[in-house]
Amino acid sequence: MPKDGGIGASSKRREDVRFLTGAGNYTDDINLRGQAYVHFLRSDVAHGTLDNVDTSAAEGMPGVLKVFTGADFAEVGGIPCGWQVTDRHGEPMQEPPHPVLAQGKVRHVGDPIAAVVAETREQARDAAEAIEVDISDLPTVMDMKDALKDGATKVHDDLTSNLCYDWGFVEENKGAVDEAIKNAAHVTTLELVNNRLVPNAMEPRVAVGDYSRGTDDSTLYTTSQNPHVIRLLMGAFVLGIPEHKLRVVAPDVGGGFGSKIYHYAEEAFCTFAAKKLNRPVKWTCSRSEAFISDAHGRDHVTKIELALDADNNFTAVRTETYANMGAYLSTFAPSIPTWLHGTLMAGNYKTPNIYVNVKAVFTNTVPVDAYRGAGRPEATYQLERVIDKAARELGVDPIELRRQNFVTEFPYATPVAVEYDTGDYNACMDKLLEMIDMSGFDKRLADSKAKGKLRGLGVNCYIEACGIAPSNLVGQLGARAGLYESATVRVNATGGITVMTGSHSHGQGHETSFAQVVADMIGIDESMIEIEHGDTANTPMGMGTYGSRSIAVGGSAMVKATEKIIAKARKIAAHLMEASEADIELKDGQFSVAGTDKSVAWGDVTLAAYVPHNYPLEEIEPGLEETAFYDPANFTYPSGAYACEVEVDPETGKVTIESFAAADDFGNVINPMIVSGQVHGGLAQGIGQALLEQTSYDADGQLLSASYMDYAMPRADDVPFYDVDHSCQTPCTHNPLGVKGCGEAGAIGSPPSVVNAVVDALQRAGHDVTHIDMPLTPSRVWQAMQG
Amino acid sequence: MYAFEIERPSTVADAVALLKQSDENQALGGGQTLIPTLKQRLAAPEVLVCLSGIDEIKGVCTDDDGRICIGGGTTHGEVAAGSGAYPALVWMAENIGDPAVRNRGTIGGSLANNDPSACYPAAVLASGATVVTNEREIAADDFFDGMFATALNEGEIITEVKFPVPEKANYQKFEQPASRFALVGVFVAKFADGVRVAVTGASEEGVFRWTEAEEALNGNFSASALDGLSVPADGMISDLHGSGAYRAHLVAVMTRRAVEAA
Repeated sequence: MPKDGGIGASSKRREDVRFLTGAGNYTDDINLRGQAYVHFLRSDVAHGTLDNVDTSAAEGMPGVLKVFTGADFAEVGGIPCGWQVTDRHGEPMQEPPHPVLAQGKVRHVGDPIAAVVAETREQARDAAEAIEVDISDLPTVMDMKDALKDGATKVHDDLTSNLCYDWGFVEENKGAVDEAIKNAAHVTTLELVNNRLVPNAMEPRVAVGDYSRGTDDSTLYTTSQNPHVIRLLMGAFVLGIPEHKLRVVAPDVGGGFGSKIYHYAEEAFCTFAAKKLNRPVKWTCSRSEAFISDAHGRDHVTKIELALDADNNFTAVRTETYANMGAYLSTFAPSIPTWLHGTLMAGNYKTPNIYVNVKAVFTNTVPVDAYRGAGRPEATYQLERVIDKAARELGVDPIELRRQNFVTEFPYATPVAVEYDTGDYNACMDKLLEMIDMSGFDKRLADSKAKGKLRGLGVNCYIEACGIAPSNLVGQLGARAGLYESATVRVNATGGITVMTGSHSHGQGHETSFAQVVADMIGIDESMIEIEHGDTANTPMGMGTYGSRSIAVGGSAMVKATEKIIAKARKIAAHLMEASEADIELKDGQFSVAGTDKSVAWGDVTLAAYVPHNYPLEEIEPGLEETAFYDPANFTYPSGAYACEVEVDPETGKVTIESFAAADDFGNVINPMIVSGQVHGGLAQGIGQALLEQTSYDADGQLLSASYMDYAMPRADDVPFYDVDHSCQTPCTHNPLGVKGCGEAGAIGSPPSVVNAVVDALQRAGHDVTHIDMPLTPSRVWQAMQG
Repeated sequence: MYAFEIERPSTVADAVALLKQSDENQALGGGQTLIPTLKQRLAAPEVLVCLSGIDEIKGVCTDDDGRICIGGGTTHGEVAAGSGAYPALVWMAENIGDPAVRNRGTIGGSLANNDPSACYPAAVLASGATVVTNEREIAADDFFDGMFATALNEGEIITEVKFPVPEKANYQKFEQPASRFALVGVFVAKFADGVRVAVTGASEEGVFRWTEAEEALNGNFSASALDGLSVPADGMISDLHGSGAYRAHLVAVMTRRAVEAA
């Protein structure tokens, strides 16, 4: 029987009432008295020297309050990078300055040159058109391999080259890996592109800066996944505002997918300008602007080699990846192709020798950073594609080849520095095979053939690392932040509870699932619990939401805080019942004395805490409010097995997904409905990457796919009805809920099975096609079939 | 958007008078292209002359020759609902864009814009329809004049489009994945006096008639009549969604499918 409340129940998402009825409070809904508007003049040139920016005409335009240029920010810090990678020679990465407004040079189409603040949005835009900008074009740096050639034009003149870092992992393993590949019975090699993606959260970014002259307090309302991180980065590194004078509020946020983790120039600008002008300053990003200013995702070019012995055991994996950083380092950009990618190259397999080389490269493109999955989709894609290719070359079943090489004993220490605590990859694969009716495939193939269509089946596994941790480890790896999470549980006098979490919900349903956890622990109704997040003024310092970390890390902090609450409440209950604390039991919101019929209700205890007439004041303080910070001992390791079945129209190359099945192991599950929804969303994004989303720059650095006319987002009829299952559960061993996280799995696990399925379809039809780069648009598939 | 004035005339004569007042005045049909263009500040008309209040150019009827006569201000949704005697036209209209587009966009607006990837130009050209304006009647073969160009004069408004109903017809649209405009769309119409094949989405010159296919189909209206026929890749649009060669290939595929489905 499904539970009707607490952990394991598919409670309806309480936040949807406001989201679906237009009653949400998004950043653009915030309008402050006396608010002015900013319009950014952005470069339409990918690379050039800024010879002159003449703002005189613009300054005289109606409604203009001030026109800002790079010169106004000469004394202000640049946008900081939050992660320093050390290269394979022990040297720190090259880290160029990232000014709020361009200084001296523009480096990508969309680079902000000037900002006009005016009384209305249209006036600001009108005036921006009156700014005269002289740019001398420089040669563009677009192709990563060309960018690293001797004599290549440099994106940043002060750096020695366009190479951010050349990273080797694990460098000490390189010799053994080379040797294993040399001695292998078979080596399969695959060169592939992990295509650049434009995040396209439903809500574009917005920032409203505010300043109180009376108190010297600054406030930033922003579309962020982590308001405390923005407060720290912007306050400490850019504007020099201490945290107690700076409040950052991220209210309802309409999707992030990583793109709203980072500290952006527009946030710093609005906060800075509000103080300069003593007026609130608002910026609302248009969709067109989002395409050229939100950090993009992926953009790797990789060569992977998989070595096998004569019995088809994997003996080594060697990869060489070029990772596009874009024109500047976005907040966490350096960590994505390294620590979130290299550490996952073992996948689900017990390959003994692994070496990962990553060259991060500056180009004249929009900066690239984490996007749903962040490094892990890139790792999964190359590994699961090369395994499929190896199976074909060796003439063995791709599922059996995977099974043969699965890690089966846990904990398992990989050769790439991480230790998987739990998992059961065969169980996920078994479940998947139950779901997909393999035995019926031949009939389905025949049916497709009768319609003139090709049919293929693709399978893959994935493993990911969520809840990035622990802080002392990530510090050694170059993180300039801790990666704990926090929660304050405030019990009110009549028993209702307000939980203030450092996690941030931007669509994930935290308000529902977090409440389920606390309700379950105390044994009260979920409706008695309210989850608050997103305001640095009333939540404890937290690191926010990304990397599928919130239930594993934020949820654990909340459990710790709730445990403290229960411990104190037991003392109060013992006093009220004149019993020993050791005899107090908590069940269904009632404290009782073991072996007696004496009990007091949750509400009686909470009331006593705030009306301490009969209260052990000599032992404990009044009130019932506790805070906990939780720093996990390890990553969590969700895993799964996915299968995709496609039809291909051989005349047009169009791919249709006929079915998609996902068997995931997320450990314990708090709300199965929400988890299914998270998987559905991830699958849509993964299918979007595999089939539709094509970010295309021309040689001049112009983004060709700069609107929905050319950038194809997945729509409802592009994706099938998914078959998802998360009944395989190997609970995480090191967090109190035994949870692993589910937010990114769908996006990580789905692209390889789609591509594997299309290649399978073409091969079954006799085409000698071993690989097609994503997205598998009709024209690319058709082109591949032409030989 | 830049600031502009808007006028909402209720007759064609008033609309024409307003358009003739200045070259900077511009007609607004359903606004499915013009409004996004204005939002991007790529157009700056002084006065927008909104045609949506002119009842005399709305609706679908049948004339004495059996032609389906569609007012220039008729929306795609109304075309789909009112053109039951011409199923291929209904299918085409009801597969343009999404419901919001179909409830605002008009046949006259689409034809006057002549987007090289729009559907209506293929239907009009393949049907040998007649475009009626406030000044004259223009045969389909004389109307389209390359990408975004038509025979219309400044200030000339499409008041009606008259479609002869073919014996058989079909429209095959292969969608560009992002915009879902026609990457290649082929409209085939078989009349007693011959077959017409019109192709949209493919050519740098906009919609065109594939005369070799028409000749082949005139003798034998079956897919096999098209065997071995192809259009040259030269002059086909080549972009990130497909090469000229791919589009040329799709023209043949979609034509065959249209004949099979007609």
